[in-house]
Amino acid sequence: MSETKEKRQETYYESIIRQGYSRRDFMKFATFMAAYMGLETSAVGQIAKALETTPRLPVIWEHFQECTCCSESFIRSDHPIVADILLDKISLDYTLTLMAASGKQAEAAKHATIEKGGYILCVEGSVPLGDDGNYCVIAGRTSLEILKESAAGAAAIIAWGSCASNGCVQAAAPNPTQATPIHKIIKDKPIIRVPGCPPIGEVMAGVIMHYVAFGKLPELDRLGRPKAFYGKRVHDSCYRRPYYDAGLFAETFDDAHAKEGYCLYKVGCRGPMTYNSCGTIKWNNGVSYPIQSGHGCIGCSEENFWDNGPFYERLPNMTGFGIESNADDIGKIAATVVGAGIAAHAIGANIMKRKELNKRINRGIENEENIKA
Amino acid sequence: MQTRNFKRAYVWQLPVRLFHWMNALAITVLIITGFIIADPPVIMDHHEANDAYWFGIVRFTHFVAAYAFLIMILMRFYWAFVGNKYARWAAYWPFSNKAIKNIMHVMKVDVLLLNDKNKELRDISVGHNTVAALAYIAFFVLFLVMIFTGFGLYASMSASWFPQLFTWVVPMLGGDFTARMVHHFAMWPIILIAIIHIYLVFYHEWLEGRGEVSSMFSGYKFVRTERVISSDKEEKE
Ligand code: HEM
Ligand code: SF4
Ligand code: SF4
Repeated sequence: MSETKEKRQETYYESIIRQGYSRRDFMKFATFMAAYMGLETSAVGQIAKALETTPRLPVIWEHFQECTCCSESFIRSDHPIVADILLDKISLDYTLTLMAASGKQAEAAKHATIEKGGYILCVEGSVPLGDDGNYCVIAGRTSLEILKESAAGAAAIIAWGSCASNGCVQAAAPNPTQATPIHKIIKDKPIIRVPGCPPIGEVMAGVIMHYVAFGKLPELDRLGRPKAFYGKRVHDSCYRRPYYDAGLFAETFDDAHAKEGYCLYKVGCRGPMTYNSCGTIKWNNGVSYPIQSGHGCIGCSEENFWDNGPFYERLPNMTGFGIESNADDIGKIAATVVGAGIAAHAIGANIMKRKELNKRINRGIENEENIKA
Repeated sequence: MQTRNFKRAYVWQLPVRLFHWMNALAITVLIITGFIIADPPVIMDHHEANDAYWFGIVRFTHFVAAYAFLIMILMRFYWAFVGNKYARWAAYWPFSNKAIKNIMHVMKVDVLLLNDKNKELRDISVGHNTVAALAYIAFFVLFLVMIFTGFGLYASMSASWFPQLFTWVVPMLGGDFTARMVHHFAMWPIILIAIIHIYLVFYHEWLEGRGEVSSMFSGYKFVRTERVISSDKEEKE
């Protein structure tokens, strides 16, 4: 690549080396990313090549109605290079929490990036539409305004976490701020949804690296989630799964079975309904994940997980049927009503249809008596 | 007292009866295994996972019954196009004048248990009455709900092509959780309608004695002679 009038954009490789990593570290990083993305070993070279030749992608990272747990998860992802190259001041053109610049300077950098276009827009947090968007206002502008502006020139949008993907806790009923996920607002851009509260750091890195290395979005499922990380349920890679299949369940958190490592299905584990990589990639540099620590999955990467409570019961409470009643409670009540109705009908029929019935019985008896021998 | 004369009419053809019983069996198995899946009982203590696989077998049974259920429904669907007039779609259409009149009549005579002043032969249904048809329509819709949510959920546990046709169901509902709850909840109206259905079959048999119960085994119901265009053919046993 030739030097142009403008300062030539640094490649990822150059910035990694500039920050003091060795080529060996770099190759380890490429291998590591390929493994997390579930790619073949031949892809390692492809990733390394891409990082060596492509200039770093500009990234704008917006924070709206959120708790920043996604950023926290990201900068703690397993390999230090992830945070360094993607989040460091060099890469990020704009992020409220981590950028070195501030004030007018930062806004100017952001606008320059927006004008050039072709950047990745990362969005952390939902956008509250209620009360004219006044629940989330940054520098005097609503998050809706900011989102629309920064989405305009984006090549792709990554919706980080459950907030941006499906609304998360803020969108829990009755959703007072009308917290709205990104895909319901921006319709004309490719959007990758990376749900989780937070998403796993390695997953986040994997999603960005895929885009960087292959220049296109990873393969997405019908909900816009990358298949490589959200293709399987937590249950499918859970190490307690043999207990599930064997019908060995902990009944409470403090029984002997919980201690023996039995499956947490009956204490409300949402693993069978949750698509995420917790069972394979795990958390905190692969140390553990909730189920390994003895707590069921709460389904944090699934839509409405917050409303599908209580977390420690298999069946959720049904709203609109009184407090604390689940499908089976309602079903049993309905069955009792039906049973009572049938009993009433049977008694009623014996009274109301007596004449008709007696006529038939008598005719029948008569016929029976007249049967020829 | 003069006894009424009845003629034997072949109402339920073999595929209908086969569907009825296979379906009843499949649904019973699905309901029992479904309840176990929803809330597995404690049947073992202090075992290791390599000792047992009973929950896996229960789920497997649910899925086998699910395929049987599906095949039966498809078969019945086909039969609604080629079967006799009691099996055809038209027999389920509740909006014709005749059907509405029949609904009113059944509501009066069989639900509110009032007695007709002057009985009309036409009011007696030969196949199912129109209120029953409404119940079967509800059944049919619920069956489709079970099949779509069931196979939608099953798609993520199966590598086979067929369940993959249903991968759109779960995202449409928002997620596996909702799909499972719909699947679970929709079971209850099936149970309730089935209970009512069984009771009313007994009720009609008890009151009218026209072979309501046995008809689903033999296919025959008994129809008043006056209603049958007389033919000279003598019935030979
Ligand atoms: C009358 C028909 C059916 C009934 C009454 C029934 C009932 C149930 C019930 C009560 C559950 C437990 C739900 C829960 O609480 O989580 C269940 C689970 C399930 N059913 Fe059905 N079901 C029926 C048909 C089907 C069909 C046609 C399929 C298609 C394959 C199916 C597939 C499933 C699956 C995949 C699960 C989840 C099982 C698991 O994760 O282990 N069901 N069913
Ligand atoms: S603990 Fe949860 S995820 Fe693991 S096997 Fe049991 S139900 Fe599935
Ligand atoms: S185990 Fe479940 S609740 Fe926990 S982080 Fe993973 S997806 Fe979220």
